[in-house]
Amino acid sequence: MTQAAVIAEGLVKEFGSVKALNGIDLTVERGQVVGLLGPNGAGKTTAVRILSTLLTPTAGRAMIAGYDVVKQPEQVRKAIGLTGQAAAVNEYLTGRENLMMFGALYHLPKTYVKERTDYLLESFELTEAANRPAKTYSGGMRRRLDLASSLIAQPSILFLDEPTTGLDPRSRLGMWDVINDLVANGTTVLLTTQYLEEADQLAQQIVVIDHGLVIAKGTAEELKDQIGGDRIEISIVDPSRVNEAVDAIRAVASGEPLVEELKISAPVSGGSTVLVEAVRALDSQGVEVSDLVLRRPTLDDVFLHLTGHVAEEDKPAEKPKRGRSRS
Amino acid sequence: MTSVIPTRKRPLLGWNITDGAAVSRYDLVQTLRVPELMFFSIVQPIMFVLLFAYVFGGAIPIPGAGEPSESSSEIYRNYLMPGIFGQTVAFAAAASTVGMAEAMSTGLIDRFRSLPMANGAVLIGRTFADATRQILVLAVLSLTGLLVGWRITGGFWNAVLAYLLLLLFAYTVSWIGASIGLVMPNVETASTAGLVWLFPVTFISNAFVPLSSLPTFLQAVAAFNPVSTVVLSARELFGNPTGIQPDYWPLQNPILYTIISCAVLIAVFSTISIRKYSKTTSR
Repeated sequence: MTQAAVIAEGLVKEFGSVKALNGIDLTVERGQVVGLLGPNGAGKTTAVRILSTLLTPTAGRAMIAGYDVVKQPEQVRKAIGLTGQAAAVNEYLTGRENLMMFGALYHLPKTYVKERTDYLLESFELTEAANRPAKTYSGGMRRRLDLASSLIAQPSILFLDEPTTGLDPRSRLGMWDVINDLVANGTTVLLTTQYLEEADQLAQQIVVIDHGLVIAKGTAEELKDQIGGDRIEISIVDPSRVNEAVDAIRAVASGEPLVEELKISAPVSGGSTVLVEAVRALDSQGVEVSDLVLRRPTLDDVFLHLTGHVAEEDKPAEKPKRGRSRS
Repeated sequence: MTSVIPTRKRPLLGWNITDGAAVSRYDLVQTLRVPELMFFSIVQPIMFVLLFAYVFGGAIPIPGAGEPSESSSEIYRNYLMPGIFGQTVAFAAAASTVGMAEAMSTGLIDRFRSLPMANGAVLIGRTFADATRQILVLAVLSLTGLLVGWRITGGFWNAVLAYLLLLLFAYTVSWIGASIGLVMPNVETASTAGLVWLFPVTFISNAFVPLSSLPTFLQAVAAFNPVSTVVLSARELFGNPTGIQPDYWPLQNPILYTIISCAVLIAVFSTISIRKYSKTTSR
């Protein structure tokens, strides 16, 4: 089959008068990692919940592994694994019991579930804690168990809803390693995140959504290019040498330099070799420089540029009051 | 990721039963991990036995019951025990309410719903586990009853039937409780809301007082209350005093009425709750 792993067309979801999704189109090719990036309340969780058959869309349709999420939820569920924002494990059961239970509920044979459980516990570094209730696990361990639970049936498509929200930096890096390993083994991943860095690190394609709409998509590089690529920035020591400095920069830049007192900046293309050229040009003009940097736009810049507001990073994961979340 | 994962064949009884059994099994394992909860759910009915037997016992006469040689408190203890059984199993519903609300609050529901398991399995498993726990509760309670002078005189098989009816009733109220748990906004609300309705339901019945002592309009309500008929059935089957029954059909056919009303309630609440469950997401 050549069909994409995830196809969503014009997904709309209304909760009463609130429109959580306003017509989202999304494609995830097999083996690809797509990051759904957006601030709290953008519609990320709603989208994932529709794609994983938990919610039915008000309008539009979605196909997962070639199956319709509304008409063939059973087949979709066999093909997917879901790791939500809240750790979805039974706290009173041990890690092993949790995995065995989910395996049984996937209708997998017992011998297979046993082997798979041992394998997952081992590869997620949970073997030692396997026979302890999940209640005693650290946040990072719980997340790993959570992710392991969604992998028990070796799903070809994995949905990760904010997989690292609430984790300390070390556990976050560990989680990234785990996800990268999965991807290396050919799993298709759709992950949501409000961490720009995370999307940059993990995803080949990034879809930026805000207020239930896709406002941009592309690779991290493409998105950065959208707001003008790299800029070179220098600071000079002697104000009387501004003209020479501007000339030197103009020679290496791809656009007109901008002068702000002692600071001169200009768009460039060609990456860090530009820096070398700039140093040579400035040197030949005899201009003394106190600072010289090549600044690449971050996804933060992209986000600000696209949405007109900064991504809200450090808010705790939203906790909607009732069963209908709209992130 | 090209390996073909084997799947089991569809079982004879369908996935609802098989998956329900799996959920139930791990639910009961969970009970063993929190023995404190089990302990207190047993302590409460034991307290009721002692309070009613020794505090109210002498003050509540049961018209038309017992031998002339027995004191009114002896008669009351034998009258009381099936009432306590009925009330205790009714309160099993509260555990189901909290249990479902808890599963909803942790995101566990999302995981379950994303699995290719049967739609009714989580509720079927949960209610079955809640009813199963009542076996232990009834056993401890029966021993306590024997210590305060309660006796089974209706024969072995009748006693078995009495216990089975009580468990059927426990299973029924667990469905009602689980349905409530599904619509609660959080665990705290669930633990209160799961209890409040149980007080009128268990007290407007013959569990602790003879129906003849109630005002007429409450008598009618109590007569159709399945708590009354399951308790009356148990009294008859255990060979305990029943008192004089007002003239209502359920009270003349308590066993039949109990079975019918439980079947209807299970049908209604399982339909409502499974439908609700298939649309729900965690909060």
